[in-house]
Amino acid sequence: MNPPAAPPAKPPRLSFFRQAATVAWKDLRSELRTKEALNASFAFALVILLLFSIAFEPTQDETRQISGGLLWLVFAFAGALILNRSFARELANDCLDALIAAPMSGAALFLGKALANFVLLSAVEFVCLPVFGVLYNVSWTHQFWPLAGVIALGTWGLTVVGTVFSALTVNLRLRELMLPMLVYPILIPCLLAAMQLTAPLVMGDPYTAELSQWVRLLVAFDVIFSALALALIETVMVR
Amino acid sequence: MKPVEIAGVWKFYGDFPALRDISFDVEPGASMALLGRNGAGKTTLLRMLAGLSRPGRGTIRICGTDARDRATRHSIGILGHGISLYEELSALENLRLFARIYGLENPDGAASQWLERTGLEKVRDGLVREFSRGMRQRLAVARAFLHSPSVLLLDEPFTALDDRAIALLQSLLRDAIAEGRTVVLSTHQLREALELATHVALLVRGRLAYTGERTGEMLEDTGWLYRQYGEPQSVTA
Amino acid sequence: MRDKTIMVLSWLAAVMLAGNLAIILLVLPDEVSQGPIFRIIFFHVPVAWTAFVLFFAAMVSSVLFLVRKDFKYDSFAAAATEVGLAFGAANLLTGMIWGRIIWGIWWTWDARLTSMLVGWIIYAGYVMLRRAIEEPTERARMSAVVSILAFADVPIIFWSIKWWRTQHPQPVVYGGGFLSPGYWYMLFLNWIPILLLGVVLLLIRMRQEQTGREIDALRREVHAF
Repeated sequence: MNPPAAPPAKPPRLSFFRQAATVAWKDLRSELRTKEALNASFAFALVILLLFSIAFEPTQDETRQISGGLLWLVFAFAGALILNRSFARELANDCLDALIAAPMSGAALFLGKALANFVLLSAVEFVCLPVFGVLYNVSWTHQFWPLAGVIALGTWGLTVVGTVFSALTVNLRLRELMLPMLVYPILIPCLLAAMQLTAPLVMGDPYTAELSQWVRLLVAFDVIFSALALALIETVMVR
Repeated sequence: MKPVEIAGVWKFYGDFPALRDISFDVEPGASMALLGRNGAGKTTLLRMLAGLSRPGRGTIRICGTDARDRATRHSIGILGHGISLYEELSALENLRLFARIYGLENPDGAASQWLERTGLEKVRDGLVREFSRGMRQRLAVARAFLHSPSVLLLDEPFTALDDRAIALLQSLLRDAIAEGRTVVLSTHQLREALELATHVALLVRGRLAYTGERTGEMLEDTGWLYRQYGEPQSVTA
Repeated sequence: MRDKTIMVLSWLAAVMLAGNLAIILLVLPDEVSQGPIFRIIFFHVPVAWTAFVLFFAAMVSSVLFLVRKDFKYDSFAAAATEVGLAFGAANLLTGMIWGRIIWGIWWTWDARLTSMLVGWIIYAGYVMLRRAIEEPTERARMSAVVSILAFADVPIIFWSIKWWRTQHPQPVVYGGGFLSPGYWYMLFLNWIPILLLGVVLLLIRMRQEQTGREIDALRREVHAF
């Protein structure tokens, strides 16, 4: 018989954040090379912006006032394309198996993917902003930093819920249908808050104390669902 | 502390038991061929050893710790049906990615070393989607061995491999066994797999029908084991 | 044993409902401002409470399934959610009828009704997800996760919609809170048979789920080898 195996080398310190960063980087690099989801998402966003302009008479004042809300519909719909791709890209060649079998916690894998999705979604959104500003004659630069803050908070909510459901629906035949159908109703409070904050901001209205309740809601939503997603992701991924 | 310890394992799909009360161990430095017809449960069992799914009942230990522990997973290398490589990344990028996830000290060095060992050094910057089938298979093998796992789990590794890849895999497995690593591979009784095996386990309808040393008899007549211990006469299991 | 429980509870519920209906329709006087239609509140509110209790129970059962891995928890969660959907629909319909009669419009964007609508859509998604997953263990696991995420959202939805609607004062279906004690008593009294009805439906549906799983296992046994 063979000599007994040398005891396995002491496992190296596996850093949660290093692994999450590696996964995030991998997703971003993959996406930037093919740009499939990005292009589809951009194109879809522009089309929706245009369609909304047609649905609501674009030169009227009322339309300017609701435009902040419309913007989030654009983000949500275009975002679904990116979120869907998130875990779907792992199906080819059984890559997902290799990632789950690796000495990486589900939470690290989730965080890496969520970060990559956040970056991709934000990229689409920030390209949409100038187009939106032009089509609806609203100023997105005037109160840029508060607006960026609201977009960041809202996008994180979208990302966290979307990524968890991307993992959940990855093996379903009707994945492209089921993901938006499950995700949008759950996101209603997040989208509502983001819309309530964005509409006055692009109109140039000052930030009032009343609006702070929406900020608190967004933060609460983000924190609660981030925690739940991190806690439940292992259950979703390991059969 | 044995490399693989399986005790009282059941796997359920709803109320249906796909695996029933499986118990066996694999000794250090052994190579175990897992035999069985399609649907007998080989892939199900291998996936549990790899930490990809959990048993409904029973325990699986790899090197003394639960298969799903993070530290344990560092000792396991898997080669499944898919190559588990990213089409849009280069060979080097793929290996570096896994090297980092496995926490290797020198990810670039390990990646380069294995590219050489599998004869892919010249195409290290080529994207996987441009590779031929044989090249992809060799890269998959590199990925499985990259982090020097002490336990290797392979699911029907010789099916759909070209000659060069088979030769490479056999050579690597022989080296691994000589180094004292443990190998568990599932197979459709292919000669290449049985040659390397020191032990066999036969799964029939989710149950362990036989486990023991691989004899010369089994090698010469690959259907022998099935006839001896295969499907029971009656339909009900 | 189960059958007997179901029979007994059904009869109990039926008797109480009949009795309550008699009181509601014949004994209680008309409400001052809203007239006879106000009596619908004795169904409109308790069905909402029942739906809420069922969704909560489904969440608890889902957690228990993930911890204990026993399929009876999954059957319970699935059944509770579906029955909860039925009661939620009853709440929405009675609310719409009430609004139509009092204010002349079917949907007034009342905060509570809107929250119920959002919740309803989420749990309808849960049911659709279950239909889409064929393998029972995976179905149970995934729907358990969704049930937990959905219920965690319920309070957030409630608050966000409430704040949203307070910015635009609308006709509210009923003010709530200015009901006299007599009416509160009747509300609770009617909640009992409605809850019992919910339990009966839950038990029936749960048994269906369990039988379905047995059939699935038998089918796998026959087809597997």
